[in-house]
Amino acid sequence: MPLVDEVLAGKRLALARLLSLIENDAPEGWAALDALYPRTGQAHLIGVTGAPGVGKSSLVNQIARALRRPQDGEPPRTVAIVAVDPTSPFSGGALLGDRVRMRDLSGDPGVFIRSMASRGALGGLAPTTAAVVQALDAAGFEVILIETVGAGQAEVEIARLAHTTIVVESPGGGDDIQAIKAGLLEIADLLVINKADRPGADLTERALRSMLELGYPHGHHRPEAWAVAEPPPGETWVPPILRTVATEGKGIAEVVQALHAHAAYLRATSRWHAREQARLKDILDHMLQAALLARWQASLPQGHYQEVVQRLLRRELSPHQALEALLNLSPFPSAETPRLIP
Amino acid sequence: MDQRKIRVLIAKPGLDGHDRGAKIVARALRDAGMEVIYTGLRQTPEMIAEAALQEDVDVVGLSILSGAHMTLVPRVLELLRANGQEHVLVFVGGIIPEEDVPALLAMGVKAVYGPGTPTQTIVEDIRRAVLEAQGSVA
Ligand SMILES: Nc1nc2c(ncn2[C@@H]2O[C@H](COP(=O)(O)OP(=O)(O)OP(=O)(O)O)[C@@H](O)[C@H]2O)c(=O)[nH]1
Ligand SMILES: [Mg+2]
Repeated sequence: MPLVDEVLAGKRLALARLLSLIENDAPEGWAALDALYPRTGQAHLIGVTGAPGVGKSSLVNQIARALRRPQDGEPPRTVAIVAVDPTSPFSGGALLGDRVRMRDLSGDPGVFIRSMASRGALGGLAPTTAAVVQALDAAGFEVILIETVGAGQAEVEIARLAHTTIVVESPGGGDDIQAIKAGLLEIADLLVINKADRPGADLTERALRSMLELGYPHGHHRPEAWAVAEPPPGETWVPPILRTVATEGKGIAEVVQALHAHAAYLRATSRWHAREQARLKDILDHMLQAALLARWQASLPQGHYQEVVQRLLRRELSPHQALEALLNLSPFPSAETPRLIP
Repeated sequence: MDQRKIRVLIAKPGLDGHDRGAKIVARALRDAGMEVIYTGLRQTPEMIAEAALQEDVDVVGLSILSGAHMTLVPRVLELLRANGQEHVLVFVGGIIPEEDVPALLAMGVKAVYGPGTPTQTIVEDIRRAVLEAQGSVA
């Protein structure tokens, strides 16, 4: 497949095209991804999430810079960035502005930045973000940074997609309370207090620390990752709390160090593998759900679904009865004319 | 199932300092259902071409107030071509003297808009131009 060959040869236009095909759910895109799939599984996938305006993009910019020009003897890593911004539910359009903070990275052939609109998905990512990340992984990027929409909601999907999740907070504004509510803390592998140049960083750190202590009296916080390999006792990753000033590059070296440390920890405790398994199973389950639903809907006799919904509305069927009525109809309708009324 | 969205890069090349107009256009395009990548102030032609490539856009909109359009625009066009993106439609907005417009159009710019242009005009032009371009490819 010429597209695949070009992507593997490092042709950036081909990669950009492929990402569009995937985003647009085009069959050529999926076919290319099928061919590329054996090459995936190499990249360190890092999620960056947090409330709007906390500095996610600025931080991503700095992390990428540091990965490109390491000061600590590490080899430079190639970096892809996927930045997701919300699609307007009214127009279907989107304003994707994360690149504004990433101008430092331009002109570097070892960096590839792609903006994505969420296109109706609610979990902080777009429906095809996982597939786009796979393509970038296959294309050979060693680190992939994924910036979520940052609606401030529990964007748990990023924790399923990424090996390492950075939750970004900023001082003041009751952000700390927000984090508890939204469950962001549960998904954090690294906690970053950005805008540490602003007053209130101490307060935020104290709040986060006490919340962490509540959350880590014993054991790891991510049971689905344990399913495969129970972590040895005493080997629990407690998220470090780090302070940064992303606009000035302060504290970034420590963040990058923690990222490498987390990757090493995941590998050493076989949790890397566990997360891979959880993630891939999740991707498969999602696709399976969507495909089964679509196939089943297509197999329903015309108008019956609507009819069941109407009966549900009229209180003639309970939701449970409605489900039975629909499932009895399909995908194996009986020989007689299907009857909705039991 | 058609998932295609028109993708537009709105860029502000040159050294002039405000991007109010660019932002207004960006929002209007978003409200018309397009996906608009906004890159901010002081973009070099190299940065613009690189972003257009990575984002695989259909359209590049350049907002230029500095008077440097006769050097910036040809450079952007040249870089797009060098990257294999000659299909990308380029629109220019800002303060462009009347006498420069024919030269810009001759270079391959799709349209040039002055400060008072209704955003609806720009939206419709872009939509039509993209449809035409897609038609000629398909
Ligand atoms: N004072 C201060 N300002 C910062 C810092 N980091 C980012 N900012 C500013 O905060 C604003 C938002 O930064 P972004 O990086 O765009 O934040 P974001 O979380 O990506 O924003 P969204 O993607 O819109 O949710 C910008 O004006 C930045 O310049 C910081 O460490 N200190
Ligand atoms: Mg951002």
